[in-house]
Amino acid sequence: MTTPVKNPETQVKRPDESLFKRLTRQQLFIPVAALVLLVLFNLIADPSFFAVSMKENSLGNPVLSGNMISVLDNASELVILAIGMTLVTASSGGQDISVGATMTIAGSVILRMVCGGQVTADTMQMNLFLAVFIGIVVTAFFGAFNGALVAYFNIQPMVATLIMYTAGRSIAAWINNNQLPIINDVAFKYAGTFLPGIPVPTPIFITILMIVIFWLVLKFTNLGLYTQSVGINPNSSRLNGINPKLVKLLTYVILGVCVAVAGYIRISRSGSINYSRNAENIEMDAILAVALGGNALSGGKFNIYGSILGAYVIQFLTTTLYKYEVPSTALPAYKAVVVILLVVLSAPVVREKLASIKKAPAKAVKEVA
Amino acid sequence: MKMKKVLGLTLAAALALSLAACGGNNNPPANNNPSSAGGTSSGTNTPDPAPTTGGELITVGVINNDPNESGYRTANDAAMRATFTEANGYKATFYNNNDAAQQIATAQQMVQDEVDFLLLSPASTTGWDTVLKDAQAAGTQVILFDRMLEADESMYAAAVVSDMPAEGKTAVDWLAAQGLSEYNIIHIQGHMGSDAQLGRTGALDEKVAAEANWNYVAQQTADWDEATARTIVQSVIDSKKPFNVIYAENNGMARGAVAALDAAGITHGKDGDVIVMGFDSDKWAFEAVLEGSWNYMGLCNPLQADTVDGIIKDLMAGKAPAQKIIYTPEQGFDCDTLTQADVDTYGT
Repeated sequence: MTTPVKNPETQVKRPDESLFKRLTRQQLFIPVAALVLLVLFNLIADPSFFAVSMKENSLGNPVLSGNMISVLDNASELVILAIGMTLVTASSGGQDISVGATMTIAGSVILRMVCGGQVTADTMQMNLFLAVFIGIVVTAFFGAFNGALVAYFNIQPMVATLIMYTAGRSIAAWINNNQLPIINDVAFKYAGTFLPGIPVPTPIFITILMIVIFWLVLKFTNLGLYTQSVGINPNSSRLNGINPKLVKLLTYVILGVCVAVAGYIRISRSGSINYSRNAENIEMDAILAVALGGNALSGGKFNIYGSILGAYVIQFLTTTLYKYEVPSTALPAYKAVVVILLVVLSAPVVREKLASIKKAPAKAVKEVA
Repeated sequence: MKMKKVLGLTLAAALALSLAACGGNNNPPANNNPSSAGGTSSGTNTPDPAPTTGGELITVGVINNDPNESGYRTANDAAMRATFTEANGYKATFYNNNDAAQQIATAQQMVQDEVDFLLLSPASTTGWDTVLKDAQAAGTQVILFDRMLEADESMYAAAVVSDMPAEGKTAVDWLAAQGLSEYNIIHIQGHMGSDAQLGRTGALDEKVAAEANWNYVAQQTADWDEATARTIVQSVIDSKKPFNVIYAENNGMARGAVAALDAAGITHGKDGDVIVMGFDSDKWAFEAVLEGSWNYMGLCNPLQADTVDGIIKDLMAGKAPAQKIIYTPEQGFDCDTLTQADVDTYGT
């Protein structure tokens, strides 16, 4: 007689409980929750934040303008870096802290190529695609250097990439003989601003293209599976016929390619470079994006879409803070608060506690009902 | 076994860090001055403490900011490196860093190594008391170049500096002379606490406080960075606040601001809706003013090396400089009066 009474109760309770659990345990829970919070805050504080208007830029092109466009536009470099950083994190259980410096190297190489060694150039001295390709080759090489240190010399990723982190900006300055080159060719800036006649900032298209490429690669190749298995257990993946060293190296080379694309977008926004300030601290944002995406920084399973979402959340936060005129020097402090919250929230101890807290009120509600 | 591994890794990390600390902040030597002695690893190179008399080399320690921070600094650093060479009778050690604490530590090291002259472009105006006292005790003469610091005049032999407050005042006076009915200003500041920022901000702050029709739409530091300046202006444009003046404390930041204006189709410069103002001496910025794309550029002359050289030679001959503080000749240029001749004379 007791069983029929109990059964409906458990049947009602279980899906309800597991919904909460499923929600909080979802990898994308944190970035989505953060995004929702930011959207709500801006909606309440000033709904005009979301207004998008059509303007005409100085070249006479119609362009979209508004905070949301700025978020999507300015997040581009970060999103592209976050994709590469996720793979590196998953395979090697560590992060590359040299991406800001190598982005500067990519920018310096590309500028050197298109300026033809001059300090200021009014027209491009080299085919742009060739220049960008050379930039990609150079940073892929630096990626391979980092990857080799990590994979073949078993150096911790942070220590291995510390070399390029400190030396990278000097190398970038050296590439251009310590000059700050400037290119005034309008066509060079298409990638960082607008293509003629298209009102959406070009970086958004480049970012979408990169996301699609990685979606295809992860869908149709074994890269994702191999990266994950190497990250979880390099030894057992080796016994299963995967070369963990090669996979690690490969992820660093892929990150190098991402770095070049991001570096190209960054310099084509203005057509010049400032070696010591270019993409400063972007590595921290990239790592934060990976963490925000719910990826374990110790490697293994990963979700690049989480990192992409994380990157947009970070840019959303930055733009919001700028809108409310928080001094730009204080931005890192606000980001630090977010990091602390995230780290605490994603700690297993807190997650278990959270789950049990949520279970209790759910039970209480059921009993009252 | 495991402890050993951890220890080894920590040691390796420490080693990498200390290597990085020596190499990372020094710029690679510029191609045009291969003779600059000890130019690359000043952190560890101890200058020759031998006393210098007559034909022997004069030892100088040069503490400057990061040459990559801006075009101004690139020109400034290159001039110093080209002047203080063995061919000119100097044994020079160079150190570049934007961090005042690191500068101070290196300056102390140089004083201990008993350099004859310490040439200083401080990243911040305060915190130098101990260094100056130690230098005095050790008989090292301190010459400030480009930037001032807060200390009594007796603490240094000479200063060849840019008069930042005057630069700010010239710029603000020029702006006031434009006779706008209302000044809605986006103020983009440089590295907070630096002499250049304090001087250029001070004059504007004073005016905005004094006049009812002068307002800040935004006042933010971009730390001399172009990309940050662009973001700041973009954010103001997105929030649809009206503005008609951009007062950027260096040319790079003005350039970033203009990129944001261009993207939003806001006209600027001569006959434009927004007045654009920058500082320093970059040739491309002069050209922007000449084209009328910008309105004003406050010249800040980066070439103090020759003057400093002259002072040192005088001091060695026992002649004190006529004036303790020598201001480099500076002026403001606007798009109505700038000529190609000025660009060729002052552009770097």
